[in-house]
Amino acid sequence: MSTATSSFLSVRDLKVHFPTADGIVKATDGLSFDLEKGKTLGIVGESGSGKSVSSSAILGLHRGSSAQISGEILLDGVDLLQVSDEEMRRRRGLDVSMIFQDPLSAMHPYYTVGNQLMEAYRVHNNVSKKAARVRAIEMLERVGIPQPDRRVDDYPHQFSGGMRQRAMIAMGLINNPGLLIADEPTTALDVTVQAQILDLLQDLQREFDSAIIIITHDLGVVAEMADDVLVMYAGKAVEYGPTKDILVRPEMPYTWGLLSSVPDVAADTSSKLVPIPGNPPSLLNPPTGCAFHPRCPHVAKVPGDLCRTVQPDLVTGRQGLGHLKRCHLADPDTVYANEVLPEFDPVLADELADELTAADSNEKGLQ
Amino acid sequence: MLAYVIRRIFIGVIMLLVMSLVTFVLFFASPVDPAQFACGKNCSPELREQARKSLGYPPRNQGVWESNIKGPANMWADFTKGIVAGRDFPADKEMREAAPQNVVHCSAPCLGYSQYSVKTVNTMVSAAFPITFSIALAAVILWVLFGVLIGVLAAVTKGSFIDRGIVGLSLFAYAFPAFFIGTFLLRYVAIKWGLVSVPSYTPIASGGPAKWAFNLMLPAITLALLYMASYVRMTRAFVLESLTEDYVRTARAKGVSGRVVLFKHALRAALTPLVTMAGLDFASVLGGAIITESIFNFNGLGKLAVSANNNYDLPVMIGIVLMAGAFVILANIIVDILYAFIDPRVRVG
Repeated sequence: MSTATSSFLSVRDLKVHFPTADGIVKATDGLSFDLEKGKTLGIVGESGSGKSVSSSAILGLHRGSSAQISGEILLDGVDLLQVSDEEMRRRRGLDVSMIFQDPLSAMHPYYTVGNQLMEAYRVHNNVSKKAARVRAIEMLERVGIPQPDRRVDDYPHQFSGGMRQRAMIAMGLINNPGLLIADEPTTALDVTVQAQILDLLQDLQREFDSAIIIITHDLGVVAEMADDVLVMYAGKAVEYGPTKDILVRPEMPYTWGLLSSVPDVAADTSSKLVPIPGNPPSLLNPPTGCAFHPRCPHVAKVPGDLCRTVQPDLVTGRQGLGHLKRCHLADPDTVYANEVLPEFDPVLADELADELTAADSNEKGLQ
Repeated sequence: MLAYVIRRIFIGVIMLLVMSLVTFVLFFASPVDPAQFACGKNCSPELREQARKSLGYPPRNQGVWESNIKGPANMWADFTKGIVAGRDFPADKEMREAAPQNVVHCSAPCLGYSQYSVKTVNTMVSAAFPITFSIALAAVILWVLFGVLIGVLAAVTKGSFIDRGIVGLSLFAYAFPAFFIGTFLLRYVAIKWGLVSVPSYTPIASGGPAKWAFNLMLPAITLALLYMASYVRMTRAFVLESLTEDYVRTARAKGVSGRVVLFKHALRAALTPLVTMAGLDFASVLGGAIITESIFNFNGLGKLAVSANNNYDLPVMIGIVLMAGAFVILANIIVDILYAFIDPRVRVG
């Protein structure tokens, strides 16, 4: 992992707290991550784990609300939490932009798609309507909308779901922002369209060299898109590292839960779909110790009452630098390979067990 | 679109016919003999029968079929014919032939003839309508303009003292009846304190637009205040609701300034239901602002309706009821067509 100063986006100890009549809701509680240009970070977690709140904070969308925000959000060296409201407004859509989950409700029903794209362009560029229209058509064409010079005058409800999301992406990228936040961009779409949208995002990322944060609860999307993965639970990062490490050798029981609850049509019939028991925790009164302990099936493997009493730190995992986890389990690899993985993917479990033994004998050999 | 408009107008005409029929039936279900009223106090049975004939009222005491069904039905048929083709009064053919010099022609759309005022209903209504229309127009401008502006102000300052003050005051205004506010404005603002002259209707043609508007001020405020209070609260609710919409968040995420987000994105969506309400409310006020007109002694449709009711002047009452109904039906059609222009999602289909 690079240091805070050299990364394009660097978030440090971000906290977003909402005071309510019942107490403080800690939607995001001490989140840190880095992202380089041209790279993609996947933020994964259940509903209510603080994914969207954190990304809205990067865009400064909580300004003017009662939210209490602390920490640092350094974009290209500028702390977005320190700039004035007007400065933040000028950066929105220009340096950072966002595409939302449901493009039907996220686009204004009373204005044409072209009008909304032109608005996004003209807010940040002092150009004529004509020039903005040319730019809007160009962007619609770029995201693969057929007959863009005609469709530009259509209203959002005249577009199909996939086309609307393409138009949203066109709107998000019309000012060529350095950072694009995609908040569950494929959730409202059907599966074939999902793949097209993800391909499009990857194409555009290569073309514009932008950094992308993709927020999702779909690990398939993460596997396809992300370079790094941040797993969030109850407003905190519980596992963070390169995508391959996280997906192949996860070290935190919550990540295991997410992986085992992904349906896999290609898997053989012996694999099972294992849901995570219980419900996401209340952010008002999070559980003591590790926030995941009430739902964690491996609490008994940790000596003493550690899971219930002490909040684990986010520390480097067994795979070395760059893979962080927040868990008391002493030997997560073995538990994962022997107990968790065989449940939902026996084939992969055998492979991983072999790999682990090989690694073990290697270590012994070195000693 | 054109087919839709034609269909709506067709349905509107049918609704008007049904409404007029119901009005006739209701009036003749009453035990009072309208001919007695039309004839006046010093009325002999002969004069009363003459009045009955001349107005075309159905005969009394001839059994339910003759007096209560066939008679009113014939009268309704004559009335409907008069709307389309115009008619002559007295309604009875023999009476017209006996005294041709007294025949009054009422051209289409003929709403009837008032024996009491010795005028056609059309004459009376066309004298009263501009007054009511002026008050209604001034009032609708006041209540929509200020209602929406103050409502938006309350929405953007939600929870603050300004918001609470506005909500409290609008409840206050809503609670006061028009006769209190109107009387207060007339007695104190105009008469006792002399801040403005006592309003009396001045047509634009005779006094110019400034004088016309100035005289309308107090009646329009009286009429508008009640509506304004409810428009403030509705606007506040609609704007607060649309501020939470995803597309408003999108607009903010684009870097659009707060003012543009509020007026171009949030208010634009909130205006749709308000336009509908304003259209229908305006139409219902056009049928006569009875209390306001009575207080300020403006001889509009409302006052005409009150005096027609007091005098049991049936043709005038039927004429006003039908006109008021026609305004509401027409406003419904206009609002529905307007909707297609406001909301692009309605345009297709």
